[in-house]
Amino acid sequence: MKKTKTATTWRRRAALAGYLFILPNVLGFLIFTSLPVLASLLLSFAKWDLLRPPQWVGLQNFQNLLTDAHFWKNPFFAIPWITDCPLEHGFLFNTLVMMLAIPASILLSLFLAALLNQKLRGMILFRTLFFLPSITAGIGTMLLWMWLLNPDYGIVNLVFGHVYDALAWMASLVGWTWASWAQVRPAWLQDVTWSKPAMIMMGLWGSMGGMNMILYLAALSNVPPALYEAAKIDGAGAWQRFWKITWPMVSPTTFFIFVMSIIGGFQGGFQQAHIMTNGGPAGSTTTIGFYIYQNAYQWFRMGYAASVAWLLFLIVLVLTLINWRASKRLVHYG
Amino acid sequence: MDEITTLSRQRAPVRLTTVVTYVFLSALAVTMVFPFVWMVRTAFIDPKDVFISIDKVGFLRWLVPASFPQGKNFTDAVEAVPFGRAYINSIIVAGLVTFGQVFTSSLAAFAFARLKFPGRDKIFMAYLATMMIPGSVTMIPVFILTSKTPLWLDGALSWLIGSPVVLFSSSYYMFHNTYMGRPVGLDSYFTLIAPAMFTAYGTFLLRQFFMSIEKDYEEAARIDGASTWGIYWRIMLPLSRPALATLGIFTFLGAWRAYMWPLIVTYHQDIMTLPILIRSFQTAQGGVAATKWTLLMAASILHIIPVLIAFVIGQKYFIRGVRIGGIKG
Repeated sequence: MKKTKTATTWRRRAALAGYLFILPNVLGFLIFTSLPVLASLLLSFAKWDLLRPPQWVGLQNFQNLLTDAHFWKNPFFAIPWITDCPLEHGFLFNTLVMMLAIPASILLSLFLAALLNQKLRGMILFRTLFFLPSITAGIGTMLLWMWLLNPDYGIVNLVFGHVYDALAWMASLVGWTWASWAQVRPAWLQDVTWSKPAMIMMGLWGSMGGMNMILYLAALSNVPPALYEAAKIDGAGAWQRFWKITWPMVSPTTFFIFVMSIIGGFQGGFQQAHIMTNGGPAGSTTTIGFYIYQNAYQWFRMGYAASVAWLLFLIVLVLTLINWRASKRLVHYG
Repeated sequence: MDEITTLSRQRAPVRLTTVVTYVFLSALAVTMVFPFVWMVRTAFIDPKDVFISIDKVGFLRWLVPASFPQGKNFTDAVEAVPFGRAYINSIIVAGLVTFGQVFTSSLAAFAFARLKFPGRDKIFMAYLATMMIPGSVTMIPVFILTSKTPLWLDGALSWLIGSPVVLFSSSYYMFHNTYMGRPVGLDSYFTLIAPAMFTAYGTFLLRQFFMSIEKDYEEAARIDGASTWGIYWRIMLPLSRPALATLGIFTFLGAWRAYMWPLIVTYHQDIMTLPILIRSFQTAQGGVAATKWTLLMAASILHIIPVLIAFVIGQKYFIRGVRIGGIKG
């Protein structure tokens, strides 16, 4: 009898301790995450410029969003109820194009990790150098890239120009005349066509030797060498060994990186757009994240911004669920 | 003898791939590092040398112009806007965010990993679910809350006292000349720090690590009469020093480069963190159409240098941290 009583008291005290331990974090979490999520859901049904009192508008924001040509316009299909829009591409399309850097970055990271995973001298030095761009990421490297991408004096065009001239010279040998570099030279951030490739190029420079490469290095070091030796004895070439052993063995890492990159990619592009292009030229580098910022903090359309943010959340949610489903077939957990 | 000959015979094809590997890696390393060389070169030269052409002056004079090195760009930048103040702000903000996050996350992670209480797993699942919510969803209400709180507090206080009060919505000065921001609301340290102090991610990361620690230690301590706090403070924290250091480094790094939140809640230069001050400096130099590259590169270096130093010192924690963070994959 006495024993059960102490056990209950002890359990109660343990529970109390548990609640006390999570209290600070849960409080902060409630104030800065849980309640704001609910508030932003309410807000997405309202109109509020912070000066006048908020107005309940029902589904008006979402209706406006569904017919917002700036958001939806794309070169693949026309949406019948959307009227014409002066921009070449909508912001959803911009975001998706910039996310093309994700698969490229994943493959390059894996390739680099496979190279660095060899037992050779100096690999740690290379790893450190490749890691530099991602550790220094931020406004500093973005200003740097604005300078590198300068059409007239940037070194990107200097290097590309020399490569182009060399190719043009070779082409001239077989009687094929190319336009001069000065005529075809991309203006990068100042050009509607080249601004997105410029952003992708900067993104690849910043990410291919970063966290993903380190994750792959860890995954590769866990692949048993015996597998490769057995495959070698069976006569498998390097290409086959990669696709039949390495790729399935690192697939959990690939899946993790892919899911996190997709979630990040849909929200991304804000800082680049804000610092480097102001979303331009002609809205060509405005992503969903930057559009939400403009609506909320430049035009003070809080309700509309909240509805765009919720649409973004739904897109991310659906994609993540699809990813989880697909992972059951594609990912090999050893 | 036989072994040696087979070994040397095997080595020959390996060498070719090794050479190719080294050539490729070196070319890539140059691509990764040369932009930084260019940044340093541009920051330390006279503005009139910025647009010199490689065809006219030759490779060496182009890479290292005659005016290199000179520090005038840095003194000009520091004189134009309060960089020193921004450094201090960034260190205060990033430091407190890091401390708060590591402390509250480790407390919660310990409870989720080791203590039994009703609803534990449900609360933890709620944490995990919110990790997918985009920051822009929560940022809008938090911004509104932030901008309104001082007025609400002053209103409540005035109602209590019965006469108008301007306490929370006024700005504070130290020695009548140094702007110290407000206690809460826009342009306040509180707003820069508090929303970033609590994350589900840190809790998740540390919980994973705590779960991997053997239970023997705490059972022994329990028998010796240690309290729950004692087990957390004297056993769990010391045993998980690498995980704490890793979370700390990444939190600090994230807070150091944080951009959107500090951008929308600071207006006065004296309360801006470094990235936001650099942004306002950039705007003053002509915004996205900037032409004063020497000044901008000097400002960029000011932002990057502390991170580089931290990375060189704590590299093993960075690398280890990425691995710990990747466990959940």
